[in-house]
Amino acid sequence: MTLNRRHFLQVTAGATAAGVVGFPYIASSAGTQKVVVIGGGTGGATAAKYLRMADPSIEVTLIEANDSYYTCYLSNEVLSGDRTLESIRVGYDGLKKHGIKVVKAKATAIDGDAKKVTVDTGDTFAYDRLIVSPGVSLDYDKIEGYSEEAAQTITHAWKAGEQTKILRNQLEAMKDGGTVIISAPPNPFRCPPGPYERASQIAHYFKHHKPKSKILVLDSKDKFSKQGLFTQGWIDLYGFGTDKSMIEWVPAAEGGKVISVDAANMSIIAGDMEDEHTADVINIIPPQKAGKIALDAGLADDSGWCPVNKRTFESSLIPNVHVIGDACIATKMPKAGYAANSQGKVVAAAIVAVLNGKEMVEPSYVNTCYSVIGEDYGISVAAVYRLEGDIITPVKGAGGLTPKDATAEHRKREVQFAYSWYDNIVQDSFN
Amino acid sequence: MRNKTLKYALLLVSGFALSSPVWADEHECPDDYDKARGVMLGNTCAGCHGTNGASVGPATPIIGGLSAETIKEAMNGYKSGDRPGTVMGRIAKGYTEAEIDAMAGFFCEQKFVPAKQEADATKADAGKKLHDKYKCEKCHENGGTEDEDGSSIIAGQWKTYLQYELADFQEGHRYMPKKMKKAMKKLLKKDGEANLEQIIEYYVSQQ
Repeated sequence: MTLNRRHFLQVTAGATAAGVVGFPYIASSAGTQKVVVIGGGTGGATAAKYLRMADPSIEVTLIEANDSYYTCYLSNEVLSGDRTLESIRVGYDGLKKHGIKVVKAKATAIDGDAKKVTVDTGDTFAYDRLIVSPGVSLDYDKIEGYSEEAAQTITHAWKAGEQTKILRNQLEAMKDGGTVIISAPPNPFRCPPGPYERASQIAHYFKHHKPKSKILVLDSKDKFSKQGLFTQGWIDLYGFGTDKSMIEWVPAAEGGKVISVDAANMSIIAGDMEDEHTADVINIIPPQKAGKIALDAGLADDSGWCPVNKRTFESSLIPNVHVIGDACIATKMPKAGYAANSQGKVVAAAIVAVLNGKEMVEPSYVNTCYSVIGEDYGISVAAVYRLEGDIITPVKGAGGLTPKDATAEHRKREVQFAYSWYDNIVQDSFN
Repeated sequence: MRNKTLKYALLLVSGFALSSPVWADEHECPDDYDKARGVMLGNTCAGCHGTNGASVGPATPIIGGLSAETIKEAMNGYKSGDRPGTVMGRIAKGYTEAEIDAMAGFFCEQKFVPAKQEADATKADAGKKLHDKYKCEKCHENGGTEDEDGSSIIAGQWKTYLQYELADFQEGHRYMPKKMKKAMKKLLKKDGEANLEQIIEYYVSQQ
């Protein structure tokens, strides 16, 4: 018989990997096993897809409230006008092609004893294993005067989509010479370099269209992700540190922590001295905690985030429920898109192993994160992680930042790699 | 032990016309690595390189379907710093030799999915002549579709990536084998940039 490549792979994988399950195509035992995934963001989509790739006998149902997903990554380029909102939208047809049942509904309750999920239509879904990948919820209560309603005027734009559009429209409508305030949240939060990339992208827009305008970044912290590289980029492109600087950064120690907002007067109060700032456009990225369903289901601890076993991402609080992505406590891994994608694959391997009564292969995790500071100016941070004890630990001597002395060509390529990364992570997670 | 998939198996199954380029389904893949680990490790690369290494991003190379030797050489080159890169040097340092072997085995087993991209037919024709004239075929066999002795598959590879690598070769940042260096020197001697463009166009035109 002639063996083609696929057959060859099946045969050899089945023969040599009998004791340990990774992903190769091993037939599962009789009886349909059910996995339900809550949340069609990067983590949930990846987990659903990789479960089906590893074991097509598993019935996978993805519960997601929206018809499509707007990626948070690269949404700052929508603010500069370099990219359309449509270009960061992704639908669920790709996942359906993997045989995943996509249910448009909002999960409202998880019953860990009965192993079922209830959604807003009243339907229930039984599971053998549940994956919860709800992203973050915004803790409006931590800032006086801020709320979902106020966010219609003073945006957060930390979940891409309608909010991104409102902020972009405000920036476009603003007069030249106006001021934008961005408030950066305390740790931990989704996309640690995001607020600073946002400041960069808005500066990139102003440089070409509204050169007299200013951006004031009020920070709840005294330092931030990729700070040295962002600072260098701002010096190189936006006059940072001079009196003509388009960007000013105020750390917590110098009054950067926002206490309250007043949407009617477009003003905020920040710092111990309770300084009042007014601006033409205000963007408040509030403190965050795990997505609502995780909080409601009792998957989060007092920190507001979900403790998990770092090998399997199974909740420490409710058995048979796994939490991945921004909502979980993944120790040294940041709350980032690539991290969620990587965790989606690890959780899929863990669940395929347990449902087949096999031992799970040693996990491996990666995160790579690009920020585009301006034209031909990209930077990145990367890490390879191993499980050491109960800590997902970056491998020593590997990973790290774009070198500070990188050439212009290097930084230019990093922009192209950022865009290619975007194409691939979307394909890998959703298609 | 080494396994060898049958030559042109894909061609027989799907009935491709003989004139279409055929990617290296005939290359050998090692069998002496941890397969389950290969899948776990290989999947972590997919965020940047696409599922099973079939990149859909123009700057990021397609790595699924390359020979294990090519993958190992690339990873070890990045790890030691011999091969230039933006992020890969930082990533490659995170893996042991056995892990790189497992990854290499995994990607070797995948199908090479050529990039769908625009190509200029006239330049590609001229490029094919250059490919023959400068004996690129000696190492980049069957128009660059084969990956023998770690030559990598260059036909159907992304254009932006090929441009980056050729720039790195030209500027001396990336090591070139002696024969390639000689051929490149001749290729670039007259109408250098135009020749380079044409030869790249030939590889990207193969889809």
